[in-house]
Amino acid sequence: MRTFGLALLAVTIVAAAGAPFVGPYAIDRKFTGFPSAPPTRPHIVDDHGGWHAPFIYPRRLASRLEQRYEEDRSTRVPLTWFTGGHLVSSSSDDAPLFLLGADSYGRDVFSRLLHGARISVGLSFVAAAGATILGGLLGGIAGYAGGLLDDVLMRGSDFVLVLPAMYVVLALRSALKLVLPPAEVFALLTGIFAIVGAPFIARGVRAIVRSEKQLDYSAAAASLGASHTRLLLRHLLPAARGFVAVEITMLVPSFIVAEATLSYVGLGFPDPVASWGTMLQEGSNVRAFADFPWLLSPAAAMFLVVLGLNLVMQGGAKSLRYERSL
Amino acid sequence: MLAYFARRAVFAVFLVFAVSSASLLLARLAPGDYVTESMGLGAQGKTREDARARLGLDRSIGAQYRDWIVRAAHLDFGRSLQYDRPVIDLIPEHAANTAILAVSALAIATLLGLPLGVVTGSRKSGAVVGLIRSASLVLLSLPPLLTSLFLVFVAAKTGLLPVGGMTSSTGGELLSHMVVPVAALALPLVAMFERLQSQAMSEIAGQPFVIAALGRGVPLSRVIWRGALKNALRPIASVYGLVIGTLLSGSFAVEAITAWPGLGQLMLNALRARDVYLVTGCAAAGSIFLAAGTLLSDAALALVDPRTGHRSNRSHLSQG
Repeated sequence: MRTFGLALLAVTIVAAAGAPFVGPYAIDRKFTGFPSAPPTRPHIVDDHGGWHAPFIYPRRLASRLEQRYEEDRSTRVPLTWFTGGHLVSSSSDDAPLFLLGADSYGRDVFSRLLHGARISVGLSFVAAAGATILGGLLGGIAGYAGGLLDDVLMRGSDFVLVLPAMYVVLALRSALKLVLPPAEVFALLTGIFAIVGAPFIARGVRAIVRSEKQLDYSAAAASLGASHTRLLLRHLLPAARGFVAVEITMLVPSFIVAEATLSYVGLGFPDPVASWGTMLQEGSNVRAFADFPWLLSPAAAMFLVVLGLNLVMQGGAKSLRYERSL
Repeated sequence: MLAYFARRAVFAVFLVFAVSSASLLLARLAPGDYVTESMGLGAQGKTREDARARLGLDRSIGAQYRDWIVRAAHLDFGRSLQYDRPVIDLIPEHAANTAILAVSALAIATLLGLPLGVVTGSRKSGAVVGLIRSASLVLLSLPPLLTSLFLVFVAAKTGLLPVGGMTSSTGGELLSHMVVPVAALALPLVAMFERLQSQAMSEIAGQPFVIAALGRGVPLSRVIWRGALKNALRPIASVYGLVIGTLLSGSFAVEAITAWPGLGQLMLNALRARDVYLVTGCAAAGSIFLAAGTLLSDAALALVDPRTGHRSNRSHLSQG
């Protein structure tokens, strides 16, 4: 099971990293003749039973009102490999290759999904790293110093932990301009998620640092003349590695979902940018989901990534799972 | 024990106060205000200044905050700028809608998750156990955002259940509108409770008192459902306080997707319109939920674990 989880994550990371190559089209490439086109099926056998290199049948919008498409089975459009910097694409722009269908602007959902993984998953990992640094420092200092500082820091993080994280994120996000350029949204969301996630890390790190500090090796390092900073950074904090690893696998899914929720309600990335949340917003009316189910593919992708992380975490520390709160 | 509850109550009051103050200040500090959001760019400077003066938005943050505190002490939470109605009139209806979702989801999760967890935790293997475990694993990877998307899709595809458009809250219609959002919110929670309970049960199973009871000839099912279950309730009781927050977070996504007219929707609209007093009112209402929830979970914990009040290690949150 763990292997399966790792495989899921590996596929996601490779797909995200290679998005411009693996995806057939750019994220803003609009095929105006193909609004909400259903997925294209690649064939290798034609209607007469003849075998060919992989090809697709061209389609034509039969009724714009009903968004119904007709397949022209008489001509074959071969797929092209390794041309124009893309792994696979269609040889004709009149018959584009939509592996997961098209959205209402006629943009390729598959390409956007891959590029969206970069933003959604990338943002979550960066934010988790930020939360680790922030939480590790706060927890480390609280556990090391003890006393009043410890009390203040831990009461503070207790307080943030009790709050519904989504609302904290929402309040912090809306304290700034509602519409921002993508790069700023990325930085802003990373910062907000890191702040909201830090207390989860801080609590555990503090407990670990506190107990490790009592051990002989810590006293030995101190009596050999290690400074406070060195003792904390080189000797005590590394003891929290295992805990932090488990926490990260829980924070990342929460962040992915939080980004999607914010983008879904229009407080995340602006439109031409593809993130999993903005893509879901596309299909945010009920009719669209029923008629064009491929618009749900970002939700499926999210599920697979979260499942992968959960499977990897499994042996880790089950008892910690209830701390997830997004 | 009394001192413990007094401390928790003080914390609850502080929570409500801090959250509503913070949200007022945040909403006030945000760039733009209700006037710029509602009048657009075409309005003349003079018109805007007049509107600001009329709505009391031209005062300093400090003055506004002082004024709000004094009024809030008299249970006057100001007027919503966009609806031009007292905030206190707008909140209860939406808060009730959110509470219906959260409470039903919590009840369903407890009623389903606990027994399932007892079953999977007290047996080593078997088809049923395997099935429940894999279902839990899948559901744990489906946060409310995703469950509500998938359920909305299924409902729209099959046409069996209404999706969105919940307006009136009367009897049967309310019930049929509730199915999708409540299920979306409850399913991940069922899985979480099942896992927690299962783990607690399997830990309890090796305890001497369980073996002793079995040795005395108490039937296995009685040991599981009476003796062990009571002792294994503590982990669940202790997460109730945290779950309230999770539920409110989750219900925000669910409300957005199923167009459920709850607190989350109201607050989102208020934030977008920079309707400061309504934002603060929503935050206050939400934090009252939260405070009530944590108090209830403290009570539940004290009920199943008599040591609660005496532990030096104060908070239920300290089970890291």
